[in-house]
Amino acid sequence: MNARLDVLKTGPGVSVQDLGRPGMAAAGLSRGGAADRLALLEAAALLGLPEPVAGLEMAALGGDFTVTATTRVALSGAPMRAHLDGAPLLWGAAHRVQPGQILSLGAAVAGSYGYLTPAGGIRTPEILGSRAAHLAAGIGAPVRAGDSLPIGADPAAQATPTALSVPDRFGGGTLRFLAGPQTALFGRGTLARFQVTAFRRGPVGNRQGVRLDHDGAGFAAGGSADLVSDLIVAGDIQMTGAGVPYVLLAECQTIGGYPRIGTVLPCELPIVAQAQPGAVLRFRLIGLDEADRLTLPDAATLQALRARVRPLRRDPAGIGDLLGYQLISGVTRGDDLEGG
Amino acid sequence: MRNLSPEILPLGHDGLLVRFATTAFPQATAAVQNLTRRAEAADLPGVCEVVPALASVLFRFDPGVVARATVAAALRTLIGQEDWSAVALPQAARRWLVPAAFGHEHGPALAEAAALAGVSEAEAVRQITGTALRVLAIGFAPGQPYLGFLPENWDLPRQRVLTPQAPAGAILLAVRQLVLFVHASPTGWRQVAQTAFRPFQPAAAQPVLLRSGDELRLVATPGHEVAALMRDGAMLGGARCEVLA
Repeated sequence: MNARLDVLKTGPGVSVQDLGRPGMAAAGLSRGGAADRLALLEAAALLGLPEPVAGLEMAALGGDFTVTATTRVALSGAPMRAHLDGAPLLWGAAHRVQPGQILSLGAAVAGSYGYLTPAGGIRTPEILGSRAAHLAAGIGAPVRAGDSLPIGADPAAQATPTALSVPDRFGGGTLRFLAGPQTALFGRGTLARFQVTAFRRGPVGNRQGVRLDHDGAGFAAGGSADLVSDLIVAGDIQMTGAGVPYVLLAECQTIGGYPRIGTVLPCELPIVAQAQPGAVLRFRLIGLDEADRLTLPDAATLQALRARVRPLRRDPAGIGDLLGYQLISGVTRGDDLEGG
Repeated sequence: MRNLSPEILPLGHDGLLVRFATTAFPQATAAVQNLTRRAEAADLPGVCEVVPALASVLFRFDPGVVARATVAAALRTLIGQEDWSAVALPQAARRWLVPAAFGHEHGPALAEAAALAGVSEAEAVRQITGTALRVLAIGFAPGQPYLGFLPENWDLPRQRVLTPQAPAGAILLAVRQLVLFVHASPTGWRQVAQTAFRPFQPAAAQPVLLRSGDELRLVATPGHEVAALMRDGAMLGGARCEVLA
């Protein structure tokens, strides 16, 4: 019988995600997949996998899980309070879980989306080449308590647990963006003001996009009343009629009528997805040459992450205190644990 | 005919948009569908996705395989092979006949839309069902068609206030176009009719029914018949597809 991940209890925003369905925009379907793609690459690096596999994406709140066969699981993305049979676990790490043990993931202590990835991947049936729920398109469904998800066998269940320190992308920051086909509609003054404004991630946001709030006048485009609906890509910064920006994420629509001031680089979309309401986001326009230097293919990102993975040192005497300290400080970093 | 001058514009780090116009009109869509066919036939190296919209085509490329400048040069060559001031829509390969109930609870804004278009409700239905609509683009939601173009008296602005919810299968009208909703959604367009057509079914062998360029005609059908088709729940919702020579 195939191994399973059983869901005992879970928050409302949990779904199976992989890297989505690229290449289907002509059918009106955006790629979807993990809101924070980097987190799935980190999971693959932690687990020593050649490429990312499907995991659980958990918005703000995790859940309680058991497995029916020994497997390693990676915990990546927004750090959450994690325990295995009551003992604290490091986030940004891969741990072994055995049948009967309860893996308990609580609220995110920073950021929005945490990821739980079993080493063999979640093996729910593929739809259109992917296992990712795309709720805006009516594909898949949220994961709920009582679900029993098929998982693949861990190719190395006895491998040493690993850890990976990652730059903090969980509290907002500056987003580099490219000019796009409609940037000129906004005029130089508006574009300049946009880049010196401190935005706050608003309370409205989901996998389709997040609304940004700010003090002062809006950023309306000129002469856009009869603008034809045009193609959208994830990362586009769309302005409503009132000039309120939304940054569009993995599950965005593929065509839209609102003008867009530019496109956030894909390597910085995890910062947008992970920003909690109130986190400060700023924008800086860059040129194509700089964007080309900053944008790596997934395979290169994964290779770089692999080089930073290290064995997770077990120190039963000190691990509880260290983790307690790390959780209070707000961001869990594997290198801090190692430093202890 | 207008003198179209297509622009090539970056969209994101791995996209180039060929934009024929910034407003919607038939010749721009004809140019889009013509360029899409040419590009698909040319199979441009490193280009992984060709996405037509109403007045533009997005070319997504793999930056690890091909440089942006190389794709742009190939697109300039492709664009230079056509006189865009004389281009017309290619012949439709397929014609869809879709049952639709107009007015009343099936099209709560039909009366208002007809008044704005300067015709009676009966004449409105006659004009809409009498138009050989073409699928101008698929987008916003999966499988969702933008249809057009209606006669010029239907160049109605979008509503200022959003309608909170129009149902799946609804036919909505604005700016000489119709959209057929795949999912229930808020909208600034006016709902004039209801169909049982469901053009996206992720689990079906052919998940997306319509393609850009297809012809589609709405067939006026009594409300109780469309309601029965909706209860039946079949993907086609009573629609028929004719393959044209």
